[in-house]
Amino acid sequence: MNSLIPLLVAAPLLGATLLLLGGRLFDRYGHWLGTALAATSFGLGLALFSDMLGRDAEHRSVSQYLYTWIEVGDFKADVAFQLDQLSVTFVLLITGVGTLIHIYSMGYMAHDPRRRRFFAYLNLFLAAMLLLVLADNYLLLYAGWEGVGLASYLLIGFWQHKPSAAVAAKKAFLVNRVGDLGLSIAIMLMFVEFGDFTFSGVFGAADQASEGKLTAIALMLLLAACGKSAQVPLQSWLGDAMEGPTPVSALIHAATMVTAGVYLITRSSVIFNLAPDAQTVVVVVGAVTLLFGAIVGCAKDDIKKALAGSTMSQIGYMVLAAGLGPIGYAFAIMHLVTHGFFKAGLFLGAGSVMHGMNDEVNMRHYGGLRKYMPVTFVTFGLGYLAIIGFPGLSGFFSKDQIIEAAFAKGGTEGWILGVCTLVGAAVTAFYMTRVMLLTFFGEKRWQTDDEGHEPHPHESPAVMTLPMVVLAFGSVFAGGLFAWNESFVDWLEPVTGLAHGDSPLNATTVTLLTSVCVLAGVLLSWLMYGRSSVPVVPPVGSLLTRAARRDLLQDDFNHAVLVRPGSALAASLVYLDSKAVDGFVNGLAAAIGGISGRLRRIQTGYVRTYALSMFGGTLVLVATTLLMRSV
Amino acid sequence: MNPVNYLYLSALLFTIGASGVLIRRNAIVLFMCVELMLNASNLALVTFSRLHGNLDGQIIAFFTMVVAAAEVVVGLAIIVSIFRSRHSASVDDSNLMKL
Amino acid sequence: MTSTGEAVQFWIIAVLAVGGALGMLLTKKAVHSALCLAATMMALAVCYFAQGAVFLGVVQIVVYTGAIMMLFLFVLMLVGVTSADSLKEQLKGQRIAAVLCGLGFGVLLIAGIANAKLSTFAGLAEANAEGNVQGLARLLFTDYVWAFELTGALLITAAIGAMVLTHREHVRAPLTQRQLAAQRVKDNIQLPPLPAPGVYARHNAVDIPALLPDGTISEDSVMNTLRERGQIRDVSRDMLDRMAELEASTADWLGRAPSARPPVTGPRKALETTPKTKPEQEEQA
Repeated sequence: MNSLIPLLVAAPLLGATLLLLGGRLFDRYGHWLGTALAATSFGLGLALFSDMLGRDAEHRSVSQYLYTWIEVGDFKADVAFQLDQLSVTFVLLITGVGTLIHIYSMGYMAHDPRRRRFFAYLNLFLAAMLLLVLADNYLLLYAGWEGVGLASYLLIGFWQHKPSAAVAAKKAFLVNRVGDLGLSIAIMLMFVEFGDFTFSGVFGAADQASEGKLTAIALMLLLAACGKSAQVPLQSWLGDAMEGPTPVSALIHAATMVTAGVYLITRSSVIFNLAPDAQTVVVVVGAVTLLFGAIVGCAKDDIKKALAGSTMSQIGYMVLAAGLGPIGYAFAIMHLVTHGFFKAGLFLGAGSVMHGMNDEVNMRHYGGLRKYMPVTFVTFGLGYLAIIGFPGLSGFFSKDQIIEAAFAKGGTEGWILGVCTLVGAAVTAFYMTRVMLLTFFGEKRWQTDDEGHEPHPHESPAVMTLPMVVLAFGSVFAGGLFAWNESFVDWLEPVTGLAHGDSPLNATTVTLLTSVCVLAGVLLSWLMYGRSSVPVVPPVGSLLTRAARRDLLQDDFNHAVLVRPGSALAASLVYLDSKAVDGFVNGLAAAIGGISGRLRRIQTGYVRTYALSMFGGTLVLVATTLLMRSV
Repeated sequence: MNPVNYLYLSALLFTIGASGVLIRRNAIVLFMCVELMLNASNLALVTFSRLHGNLDGQIIAFFTMVVAAAEVVVGLAIIVSIFRSRHSASVDDSNLMKL
Repeated sequence: MTSTGEAVQFWIIAVLAVGGALGMLLTKKAVHSALCLAATMMALAVCYFAQGAVFLGVVQIVVYTGAIMMLFLFVLMLVGVTSADSLKEQLKGQRIAAVLCGLGFGVLLIAGIANAKLSTFAGLAEANAEGNVQGLARLLFTDYVWAFELTGALLITAAIGAMVLTHREHVRAPLTQRQLAAQRVKDNIQLPPLPAPGVYARHNAVDIPALLPDGTISEDSVMNTLRERGQIRDVSRDMLDRMAELEASTADWLGRAPSARPPVTGPRKALETTPKTKPEQEEQA
């Protein structure tokens, strides 16, 4: 059974290879092939999962060695896979949501001339992401990490004819590189410290290493996580990444890839547990991002960018939970899975709305769509209820657990974190309600597009609505299923460990507080956007609103602090290079040229001149020899 | 008479031959000068053979003659082919390598 | 020390050898140089005999003077009479530098020999006991056999090299007599035979060009070699003068008016003495 593990990665990889190399051969059926291989991978994941359920907790983690990748002296890297409770959770999420989004894309991309390429990239992404979560060592994980970065780059820039998309792809790639640098440094540090970078080797030797070194490794891993999961200070790429096709935003930039940072922190829990300082940094990053993303989400009028802000904020929750240590890991992953369902559903809903509205993304140009798109409205609405934490739905269970865990951290720290998460919950409720009201309620504010087409909102075809319905089911029931009898926490306990902090507030109080906060957010939003009519042209707004529309000045900050000094440095280096280095080199060349120009006159081209110089040389030699003998 | 005189004669002939290489321009005459130098060295070798009382010097002189013959054959062939293409036997005219 | 006979012989031979060498160096024509060199080589052969190198002496005469120098003469013949070297130096300072270098080198060599301790000559009586040729053969086929084999390879290589260097592929099939004749008609250059020289025969006359009807000389009537050597005697001028004189006296005697023909002044066409290069003809030769 274990030998099936490599096939999980191989199936989508095969799809990507065939679709990319096969050319026009696959133009007509390529999307079916891609979807079928994604579904194959999902089927294999289910089979492995049921196989794993059949064993008891100690024997659930299995590994499968494939071949030796690199072997140089002490340096040895294997291509080997590890499938444990954490991996299998991710495998099911990735392949499950991935397959649904493949199906959705068949409808969404039906008229795109480069559809085959799109499915090839999606398959490539699945392969890389599965490699990332299945690797049994950090180096192989790094390969998958770079692979998803590549796929993300290709898919954000899929509509490369749009300059904005090309720029966004480049931006995402560059910001991700900063994070990747952190991961590669972390791997190097591990190799220097432990002489190994397999999970088992590193975690086994971790308690002998000094805390300083572990903190350094943990901080580098956190940097990597920040890059991939769009956490402060490397969050600026996620909003622009919405330039990609909506299924991409749903799969990569909401459900799966952006959660890779959370996976990395959870997977490296042993290291983080031994480095409390690093954990504090993780928690701070999570808390800041959670509020940052939420505020950005409130101000955006672009439906996808609002959802992107929300994604950032929700991942902030997960990172915060992961930073809490054993009391939070399981909840981070639980929220990750439920978020995967409802956020993918919300993005697909947004895509469906755009599909019906001539690709309009500005929510101020929507309004009153619930009558025209009933299925989209219902599925989107269920996703909405899930994300704000409506009692009984997925988000309620997972988010509530995180807020509880934050309070359970204890002391002043616990209070600060708890209040942050509560505020976050309230703001989440506010901006999600805003999205809901602007899109589906109120009067019609539809605009004709640039070519003068009147929007004719209509329900999307079944191939698109079906995945939305399935995801809506997940949004509604997943949380309850996981929370029932603490099944999910027990399931992950062998990997992440489990601890219960002593909370200053009991669970019921926290739930009540959360519900109050959410209700306050919803009410405020309704007062602002539901009761009165919404202007088509956005009002100037307060200082905070204007800053939030500009992603809280993140790009301006980056520009001022990084880009401008960088440009200045480059300019000064160019100056130095052209004046000093080139001056020296050119001067040397000119000197040699000048001397050569004079020396070349010696070369007359006449044989007899050469003979004369040879003879003269002989003369000098003979004279010297005789002189030396006579002395 | 001291047989060393043969060495003086050899030195004189060698010098004349070397000067000829430098002065004359006709490639054939140039070759003759080279031959003269080889002959001068042969004379020295024969004299050394007499000096040491063994025949090795004469053997070397013999080899010199063989090599000289080979050299003349190839050298004259080169002169002929150069003359065919450039219609001149003057070494100063073969100066395409000049800048 | 050597015998008086050898001493006398040496001084005669040395003068001959140096004289031959200097002659080779200084004569203008390559053929003369070659002959001078041959003389020097013969003198050297005598030196070899005198020093007991009988075999080498014979080889020197037979192979060197007989074969190699003849090869030189053959090549001279191929290259032609035009290969006379003008002794005018064209490279600035070359001659002075060469002479200085030569003098310096000679002085150094002679000084070196003079300073060497070469008082006792062993002589070859012992080495040549069984005969010079036998002694050489013994050494050649024992100690020097490897070098001997190598010289064989060298000679073969040289022979092949010479063939390769002088060989020319026929790019197209050589022209037949018929084609050559047709080409000649087509080009319309000198169809009938060239005019004969020596119209005004005063001796054997090949060096006197024929005159054309208008009194100018016909350059085609004398051979190229004579022309290039500048050995043609242009007699057209006196002939014409004498003709004019005759005409005048005839007119006088007949009582007619003198001819309206203008008196001839100066040669009408300079003789061309620079070598004519005709590449096509050279190629075909």
